[in-house]
Amino acid sequence: MSDTQYTYAVARIRARENSLLNPGAVEQLMTCRDADQCIQMLTERGWGDSDTPADGEALLQREQEKVWELMRELAPDYSIFDVFSLPMLYHNLKAAIKDVCALNDMPHIFYEGVSPSEQDMMAMVRARDFSPLDSHMAEAASRATEELLHTKDGQLCDIIIDKAMLEAVQQAGAACKERVIRTYADTYVAVTDIKIAVRCLKTGKSREFMRQALAPCALLNVEQMADTVLRGGEALNEYLSRSGFASCVQALEQSMSAFECWCDDTMLDALRPEKYHAFSAGPLVAYVLAKLNEIKTVRMILTGKANSLPDDIIRERVRKTYV
Amino acid sequence: MSGIVWALIGVAVAVGLAGSGSACGVGIAGQAASGVVTEDPSKFAKVLIMQLLPGTQGIYGLLVGFITLSKIGILGGAPADLDLATGLLIFAACLPIGIAGLISAIYQGKTSAAAIGIVAKKPEQFGKAMLFPAMVETYAILALLVSILAVSGIPV
Repeated sequence: MSDTQYTYAVARIRARENSLLNPGAVEQLMTCRDADQCIQMLTERGWGDSDTPADGEALLQREQEKVWELMRELAPDYSIFDVFSLPMLYHNLKAAIKDVCALNDMPHIFYEGVSPSEQDMMAMVRARDFSPLDSHMAEAASRATEELLHTKDGQLCDIIIDKAMLEAVQQAGAACKERVIRTYADTYVAVTDIKIAVRCLKTGKSREFMRQALAPCALLNVEQMADTVLRGGEALNEYLSRSGFASCVQALEQSMSAFECWCDDTMLDALRPEKYHAFSAGPLVAYVLAKLNEIKTVRMILTGKANSLPDDIIRERVRKTYV
Repeated sequence: MSGIVWALIGVAVAVGLAGSGSACGVGIAGQAASGVVTEDPSKFAKVLIMQLLPGTQGIYGLLVGFITLSKIGILGGAPADLDLATGLLIFAACLPIGIAGLISAIYQGKTSAAAIGIVAKKPEQFGKAMLFPAMVETYAILALLVSILAVSGIPV
């Protein structure tokens, strides 16, 4: 009966999917006159709790917490969601290394709720003892610390840790028996590699830089992609079209905001078929990603409204909805 | 073993296997139904009907069991003196509903659980959603028919 362990969880998620914002609801948010009206509308739709302050950031923060609380309650094996916390974990490592090595006092740059904690991470960097971390992360941490101390090059430190994070996501996906996590990991690494390639193209980075930054990936040949970046935008577009990312080329031709949207939409599209599996973790993972995307969309709208941005600029940044 | 023992094993197979299948099926669909009702109690009646669908195999098994018990005189308090061949024939006649009931009930439970997902998202599609698990029922009914015809046709 092990194939039915997600039956209850999937049914609850199916019922919850109705409360996700559909295109009509996003349009309603867009027509709100200001951020306060948006917040009121979201509160009426059940966002936040009764004690959540009527403040955009607090509302978004609470919604994000509610997603993970729900998954902790529902998932028979919560460890499948570890892959989602890897970017935050590696971000905290990066922040700790920069904080200790650059001797800066930069509060509030750490994600909370990630293990090891901020204090433990800082203590590891100060002692240069990364043994509590897994060997792959420890090696990246040690290398990034040494490079930052010797070269004072923050970007080099960033790419060492970011590449290690992508490799960790790839490994976590490959090791997971749930197909949805493998799909998520492969797509996440591919989309991030494309983002890196596009930024390298815009800033004219060298092959050596790309070699250090791009992580090997199941959906792309990163060596070939680096070659095309050196040959220019046309070559990169042609390579992406050939590799099954033609929609990315269209987004890039539109604008960088459209490209950023494409990155999030592609993640959701890759997991969309998983939502039809009634007895797997697929609908749970797809729901998490959809909800996180939705929170991102609402953040865009709230920020846009708070800064009185024109609707078309906000609309360009609105992600696809799941329902 | 005498014929009556084989006939009683047949009854046990019909009632036991079909009933076990129904228990599994109703259990699977019940998990899904509980998930939906946790979020939206107003869908209780609809998901309850879905949950009950895999329960019919157990009833079919019970029906074949009663017919067989009546046929061999156990219900009337005067067991028939069955020879081995007749006992084996009755045992064989009980097998279709036992086996098809077990398997169809489990799969109907899974289909019901998936269909409960339809009701959760689109309650107005209840009729269509119910058709999917109902299709599985066909094969349990075929097995029931064969078992009843076979048990009734064996001269005791």
